[in-house]
Amino acid sequence: MGKNKPAASRADRAVEALLRVAGLSTIGMVVLIFVFLLQQGLPVFFRVPLRDFLGTRWYPTEGYYGALPLILGSLLVTVVAVVVAVPLGICTAVFVRELAPGWVRELLKPAIEVLAGIPSVVLGFLGMTVIAPWVRTTLGAPTGLTALTGAVILAYMALPTIISVAEDALDAVPKSLRDASLAMGATRWQTIWKVTVPAARSGIVTAIMLGMGRAIGETMAVMMVTGNAARMPLTADSLFRPVRTITATIAAEMGEVANGSTHYQALFALGILLFLVTFLINLTAASAIFAKRRQGGLR
Amino acid sequence: MCAGARLGFLLLAVTLLGGCEVRPDRTPEPTSSSAAQVIENKGSDTMVNLALAWAEAFMQIYPDVRISVTGGGSGTGIAAMINGTVDVANASREMKPEEIASARANGIEPLEHQVARDAIAIVVNPANPISQLTLQQVSDIFVGKITRWSQVGGEDRPIVLLSRESNSGTHVYFLEEVIRLGDTKSHLLFSPETLLLPSSEGIVAEVRSNPNAIGYDGLGYVTADQKVVAVAREPSGPFILPSVTTVHDATYPIARPLYMYTCGRPEGALDLYLRWIASEGQALVRELGFVPLK
Repeated sequence: MGKNKPAASRADRAVEALLRVAGLSTIGMVVLIFVFLLQQGLPVFFRVPLRDFLGTRWYPTEGYYGALPLILGSLLVTVVAVVVAVPLGICTAVFVRELAPGWVRELLKPAIEVLAGIPSVVLGFLGMTVIAPWVRTTLGAPTGLTALTGAVILAYMALPTIISVAEDALDAVPKSLRDASLAMGATRWQTIWKVTVPAARSGIVTAIMLGMGRAIGETMAVMMVTGNAARMPLTADSLFRPVRTITATIAAEMGEVANGSTHYQALFALGILLFLVTFLINLTAASAIFAKRRQGGLR
Repeated sequence: MCAGARLGFLLLAVTLLGGCEVRPDRTPEPTSSSAAQVIENKGSDTMVNLALAWAEAFMQIYPDVRISVTGGGSGTGIAAMINGTVDVANASREMKPEEIASARANGIEPLEHQVARDAIAIVVNPANPISQLTLQQVSDIFVGKITRWSQVGGEDRPIVLLSRESNSGTHVYFLEEVIRLGDTKSHLLFSPETLLLPSSEGIVAEVRSNPNAIGYDGLGYVTADQKVVAVAREPSGPFILPSVTTVHDATYPIARPLYMYTCGRPEGALDLYLRWIASEGQALVRELGFVPLK
């Protein structure tokens, strides 16, 4: 036994080094991707002044590079998706963790994971054939391919993330807190909404942020159901009108552009924007987790 | 269903062999003794069914030639040819001067071959009472000057504009010849309200189900559940429906040539293929709803 020890620790060190390289290479990859994006995208601002880039008309094949309709389009779809998904997601998490009997929970948890595994094209197809006609006939929109249709699909895509992260956060609330609340004479209802949920607050914020990150980066389903019209979504009925998102624009136009052209660089500039937004969202989520860790709340 | 089957078929037809097989700087291989020759063909979605039909028929006659066909749009096909990943680009528009310049920068001299003609049909939902429009009205509708069907004599409904994405040759042709009415100085654009759909099937589906919709597409894509609008150059008429006859006698105003572009002068199997398309291959053109060259 004693004879083997040095060899084992050498192996340990080798594995440790390997893990370190693996871990650092992930960070390196992110940095390299960002540098690549910057290198490909930033030159667009030498050709298209920032004021034009923030213009209201996107028609790159004719030299209009106003990205504002795309930015606002992404924002509108994402915000509405989050507004739909958050209450649903948190209520589901509370139900699964706090209220559901054991066998229901055993059924629900895998079902939620299946929901997460549905390919986005399938959801897009569902949106095109089920939700879009409904939006047009029932809500009276001129076409069913609208921001709302996209937001509903995105809400469904963000739900599994929100539910499972929020449920983990609720799970991490110490049992002693609940016991104390109940012992003080609070009802189960009061315990859930006044004690457990507030105690899991930062984890729930993380859940919302991660769900939002999922929604803003989604491409395929959005491209299929939002109609992709680059209009400024500023009128009151914008939710019931088509929009064009940043992701759909990049996906639809990247195939046709010549390497190094202004259009190519403009699409990369949109990529930078998307990267920064998702990065900020993830950073907010991560800082919420770390803040809670330091207080010793989450696990 | 139809879209799914077509997509599956496309995937089957795609082989992952890359490279511009017939480069001008390469010495031609002897056509008789060599193993299966591969021709990579990509581009216009309008032409994808036609190109597939040609490829199948040609491979039956010449079993030692393999042809793979993919869509993606004229711009996509031309970009692939410029980057040297395909031998033939299908395009429903002419190459732009910038594209020719960047091809030359890559050492490729693109050569244009006209392979068929196509009429662009203006389509509406069958429930729409409108059956004829002038070119000027179509232009006004697509730039957003006319926004309700009642303004052109129809029902009191909003107009929903449908178009292909800007990488589509049909989109570019429609912008230049219909919206701008062929005026090269015009700066008119599609209305920002225009829905840009990624595929012809998307347009077909929306026109079929939405009574507010108006779209345009190659004649080969028009199905029985869409209503084709007769188009006139002048308000006084005559209003003409697109067909092989009306394209040939040039009475239908929105018709265009379809092209294949090769890297330089085609050689070997590719040369044979293009000459076959221009002769016997023309029989398939009419079958698929396009207009033969002669």
